[in-house]
Amino acid sequence: MTLLEARNLNTYYGESHILRDVDLSVRHNEMVCLIGRNGVGKTTFLKSLIGLLTPRSGGIFLEGNPLERKPPHQRARLGIGYVPQGREIISHLSVEENLLLGMEALPGGLNQNKKIDSFIYELFPILHKFLARRGGDLSGGQQQQLAIARALLGSPKLLLLDEPTEGIQPNIVQDIETAVKRIILEKGIGVLLVEQHLHFVRQADRYYAMQRGGIVATGQTEDLSQAVVDKFLSV
Amino acid sequence: MQLIIESLFNGVAIGSVLLIAALGLAIVFGLMGVINLAHGELMMLGAYSTYVTQLIFKLPALKPIYNAYVIVAIGVAFLVSAVVGILLERSVIRRLYGNPLETLLATWGVSLILQQFVRSVPLAYGTGIAIALLTGLILPILLPKNLYKKNRAHLVKFGTWSVSALIGVISSSGLSATISKLGRASARNVDVTAPAWMRGGFELWGITFPMTRLVIIVITGIAVLSVTWFLNRSVWGIRIRAVTQNRSMSDCLGISTETVDVLTFGIGSGLAGVAGVAISLLGSVGPNVGGSYIVGCFMVVVLGGVGNLMGTIIASFCIGIITDLIGAGRLLTIWPQMPAPLASAIDFFATTSMARVLVFALIVIFLQFRPAGLFPQKGRMVEA
Repeated sequence: MTLLEARNLNTYYGESHILRDVDLSVRHNEMVCLIGRNGVGKTTFLKSLIGLLTPRSGGIFLEGNPLERKPPHQRARLGIGYVPQGREIISHLSVEENLLLGMEALPGGLNQNKKIDSFIYELFPILHKFLARRGGDLSGGQQQQLAIARALLGSPKLLLLDEPTEGIQPNIVQDIETAVKRIILEKGIGVLLVEQHLHFVRQADRYYAMQRGGIVATGQTEDLSQAVVDKFLSV
Repeated sequence: MQLIIESLFNGVAIGSVLLIAALGLAIVFGLMGVINLAHGELMMLGAYSTYVTQLIFKLPALKPIYNAYVIVAIGVAFLVSAVVGILLERSVIRRLYGNPLETLLATWGVSLILQQFVRSVPLAYGTGIAIALLTGLILPILLPKNLYKKNRAHLVKFGTWSVSALIGVISSSGLSATISKLGRASARNVDVTAPAWMRGGFELWGITFPMTRLVIIVITGIAVLSVTWFLNRSVWGIRIRAVTQNRSMSDCLGISTETVDVLTFGIGSGLAGVAGVAISLLGSVGPNVGGSYIVGCFMVVVLGGVGNLMGTIIASFCIGIITDLIGAGRLLTIWPQMPAPLASAIDFFATTSMARVLVFALIVIFLQFRPAGLFPQKGRMVEA
């Protein structure tokens, strides 16, 4: 069964029509990349998937379950991990507490899960060193790693990544790429990635290109031609 | 030496009353950002709960353990105010999140309703309602989960609420029949008499420490410690802090923000109830008793820095000590050769109410220079 399916999604900000009949699917064990220039509605789409925005029409299905009437916290518990643009680390809480919050999405929540899975520290060793620091005191790259680790601790079936490499030093971009690929391989989850960084885009299995709120092109990433890249990536 | 200890003790005692009263508000206003003008009335309900508990403990069956009523009253007052607070949150404040002005007006209205309620409804009925609400909220937690299967969930819910209503009616009629003071409505102030062990004082180094004040300091200390522990160490504390700082992201992580709101508001209101126990020990209890504390509470929270529990604690003790220094005219005792004009000015302010005036004026001046209070939130997260 398809892991995630969005059908005919239409989302509005007030009266302005942002997403127009978006269809998109992600399978298990697959990395899908959504590309497009700034302001075409990529973040709006991810926000509609997690539930921060309510689509006016259309359906969202996670393994066949309809999600569109559920609040974000229920979608998280059903298996969507969300790494937003700007990372949204809870800045006054320690790194450890931020990681603990990731486990709220597990069955039983924090009451029954108190141990942070150590595979997180294998992926991002830096986090172990900074456990006692406040989340807000980490650098941008470290916060990004923390945000991904936090999402992974909820054992999601689907991981939504919104521009994870935006404004981050190159060596950490590399770490994040490796980590994401490793998670897909080991955990068999699906990843939906919004990205501008071409090297990262090339790691995906399939791509969708978005323009003015609608999907205008889709295909295998290896067929992603230079012409399409020039058209949809603002590099 | 004796003078320093005595004025320090008095300052801490005044500060503790302020602190216990402001602690709940520090959570509701400081953490959640809700301007709850009915907070004082929640304190008033706590004070009346103490009064009712005291009368119940005077019944022959409970007479032997009468002296322990204050401890029971703390729990009762916490529960009653928490339940009323939760009801207020669910019915009124929830719909007004993000609209401070409307919240202010609506909660002021609620405060008037609560005041009139204790004036015109016999306390026994109020107690019955509180008991019914309490059982109604607690029964679902006690009953086994599998009772709530899909098709009979409504039936079970209806059943538990009718049982609670019945318990409420029976207990209220029982109370009004056995304790005549609870049976009639009265707008007059009532008095809570402290148990024998709380009267008198405690003598050390030639100074007498009044027992009631010591008890209030202890209650405040315990309340502050448990709130700090709860917010910093418990699972719910992490959730509350997360929701306070970043509501939408907390939601995306799987935290039910509605549950967190209810719980946070319930605890803040419950603490107002505990404060009610403390103020009932200090003077007589009337429908308007909350009004005299609410302004002080907001002052303390704003002076300490909104959203900062530590700030609230320090601010209340600062205000307490300064109020005592001015109100008891201690500055004159410390510096007897003070020039005459200054001395007469200080003498003018050396009464309890004038000291309050001066302290509030000082706070207003202070806030001109530090609008965010003693301990403003710092760092890059403030702008975000």
